[in-house]
Amino acid sequence: MDIGGINLVTLLATLIVASVPILMAALGEMVVEKSGTLNLGVEGMMIMGAVTGFVVAVTTGNPVLGFLGGAAAGAAMAGLFALLTQVLLANQVASGLALTLFGLGLSSLMGQGWNGIRPPLTGDVPLGPLADIPVLGPILFSHDWMVYLSLILVVAIWWFLRATRAGLILRAVGESHEAAHALGYKVRRIRTGAILFGGAMAGMGGAYVSLVRVPQWTDGITSGAGWIALAIVVFASWKPWRVLMGAWLFGGISVLQLNLQAAGSRIPVEYLTMSPYIITILVLVLISSGRGRAMGAPADLGKTFHASH
Amino acid sequence: MTGSDTLLRVEGLTKAYPGVVANSEVGFSLRPGEVHALLGENGAGKSTLVKMIYGLVTPDSGRMVLSGQDFAPDRPATARRAGVAMVFQHFSLFDALTVAENVALGMEAPPPMRDLARRIRETSATYGLPLDPARIVGDLSAGERQRVEIIRCLLQDPKLLIMDEPTSVLTPQEVDILFKTLRKLSAEGTAILYISHKLEEIRTLCDHATILRRGKVVATCVPRDRTARELAELMVGAVLTPPARAATPKGEVMLEVTGLSAPSPIPFGTALKDIRLSVRKGEVLGIAGVAGNGQDELLLALNGELRSAPDALRIGGQPVGDKGPEARRLAGLVSAPEERLGHAAAPDMTLTENALLSGAIRQKLVRHGFIDWTKVRAFANTIIRDFDVRTPGTEVAARALSGGNLQKFVVGRELSQGSEVIVINQPTWGVDAAASAFIRQAILDRAAGGAAVVVISQDLDELLEIADSFAALNEGRLSPPRPVAGLTVEEIGLMMGGAHGMEVAHDAA
Repeated sequence: MDIGGINLVTLLATLIVASVPILMAALGEMVVEKSGTLNLGVEGMMIMGAVTGFVVAVTTGNPVLGFLGGAAAGAAMAGLFALLTQVLLANQVASGLALTLFGLGLSSLMGQGWNGIRPPLTGDVPLGPLADIPVLGPILFSHDWMVYLSLILVVAIWWFLRATRAGLILRAVGESHEAAHALGYKVRRIRTGAILFGGAMAGMGGAYVSLVRVPQWTDGITSGAGWIALAIVVFASWKPWRVLMGAWLFGGISVLQLNLQAAGSRIPVEYLTMSPYIITILVLVLISSGRGRAMGAPADLGKTFHASH
Repeated sequence: MTGSDTLLRVEGLTKAYPGVVANSEVGFSLRPGEVHALLGENGAGKSTLVKMIYGLVTPDSGRMVLSGQDFAPDRPATARRAGVAMVFQHFSLFDALTVAENVALGMEAPPPMRDLARRIRETSATYGLPLDPARIVGDLSAGERQRVEIIRCLLQDPKLLIMDEPTSVLTPQEVDILFKTLRKLSAEGTAILYISHKLEEIRTLCDHATILRRGKVVATCVPRDRTARELAELMVGAVLTPPARAATPKGEVMLEVTGLSAPSPIPFGTALKDIRLSVRKGEVLGIAGVAGNGQDELLLALNGELRSAPDALRIGGQPVGDKGPEARRLAGLVSAPEERLGHAAAPDMTLTENALLSGAIRQKLVRHGFIDWTKVRAFANTIIRDFDVRTPGTEVAARALSGGNLQKFVVGRELSQGSEVIVINQPTWGVDAAASAFIRQAILDRAAGGAAVVVISQDLDELLEIADSFAALNEGRLSPPRPVAGLTVEEIGLMMGGAHGMEVAHDAA
């Protein structure tokens, strides 16, 4: 099972874990974008979730409370974004970028004095004999509960958007806010709800980075994961299953990169560091060129809704 | 008319917006099964009135009584529960969703999708409006899209159906089908509130009419007993004079398009297919068509925003198919697109700046890269004076002008540039009758002065009034142009694509 000094089973098992933060954030952002709002502040919401989750978990000694704290912090950041874009009708792109910069700064301030501490352990879910199956066991059945939660959320969100009335209304609002408004749906309220959900998801994803992935607190710990999440939503054509594939792909690349380094390969680490931003630029170009529509973007994505009556 | 005899009574309804009273003490009443017309010019307050009945707008004062009970809907859902349904002027549909999903969004408690699909099929067959529930709405024709809206209303068994300008997007044949459906509904006891400014339609369809002018009820009448001209004068409050035209001899061909095909740059747009036309000096070519059959794309292809092969388009014999808008302006072609705010004019720039944007080249307003503001202001002033644009001055943002005044400005800007070829899309869309008459006269005057003019419009009456020859766009194809003299409405309807292949089920009735 070893290829070029890399163990395939370990690689697959780690890539599933590595993809959780991106997957959570991307799922949340996908719901936000489906409702017609483009929130570029995913990175900021994630890192706020990371620092808050870390502080809460260390203080209480309970990782579950840590994840809830992370979700709350992400939602609070999203609430700020919702206030700016839905109530004060500010530009979404600028507000989102500001949110990220604000989050990076604030998290750094909040995290002072929390460096070098180990958070309480988030244990694996005991799946008994399943975990002992060769190959499949380590890959699929020996992870912590957040991994399984994120996979359940993929299914839940897919089902919500596809089969429920609330999901249909959410898609309709993103498709044409004017028409939705004419039919009597509360466009801003629905969008605000989606934005808060997206924030909570990003916050949880961030908390996963500081509580499980790393696990400790350092400045800028999310290192571009939010930007990758944003890009995945677009490349996944706003479809949950493809978001999962995208998250695994990017998770795989980051794990592989570490493994390659360990195996003595010489790909400079800077390429990976800059990749989220290059991809984000590509994504923004795609959305604003009108090509996004053909890829399945919601028609009113990024447009400010201004009720005419 | 009291008690059970009246379905809806409206009394003293008033709604004011900052700076304008949209409705003032409006009142009328409606019996079950009655087809009632609301007649008035753009801005007369028809839309505000029905939005109040549908719960989208809350009145400042006045009251409504529906089926003997006080009726004050605070939102559309309340109105829908009370049995009021509305078909919108600008469709309230979602392009990327299916027919069934669109219908479900307009219902209070939709059944599961499978049942809904079956009911859509049944109801649409019953009323002669066949529809496939699984199709994506963005791919439907304008007539079919309207069916989606109507079926959405009918599935809720409305007592009152409000229709806001339903026929502006239909071919004459499709209008016939719609009228049959509406008559069937009315025979079943559904009251219909029908908004339009098309007088002949109202005379054929409606039992009563309430005429609004500047937010007030100015008359009520039985439309069958009046002539269209009498109705128009009630509506406008003045005597109308049709535009005068002199029969001018036509000169050489100024604009020639041969075999022009281009994909649409607009999502869910219509590609242009093998367009052929030629316009002579002094000639007005009218191009009709149901909305979304390639009008916007044709304008883009003519004005240079959409390029084609060099030889596909010639201005005065010069091949310019691969040239952009500036080169075409130099060659003598000016154009006014349909969308005033954002396409014809930059909303937040002043009239002076907007005059510069399109006039810079032909009026030589820029010298050595510097703008000659004195000259620009003079040009803007000329337009304002010649076209009677009501504005406090030239330094006002385009957005601040009313629709009619801005339209006069953008049309005037193009007509004032002394060019040989003029292309205008929807010259009088959303413009009141007096301003419309003025714009049409100005177009005819330019033609009399030797310009070749292409007018794209969805208003058939307008085209028949000003055009010398007539063609229609249907799914991106242009019918061969024919002289207007001697054309019948039936023939025009067929040129526009008949009922778009959707003949049906009314034969049984």
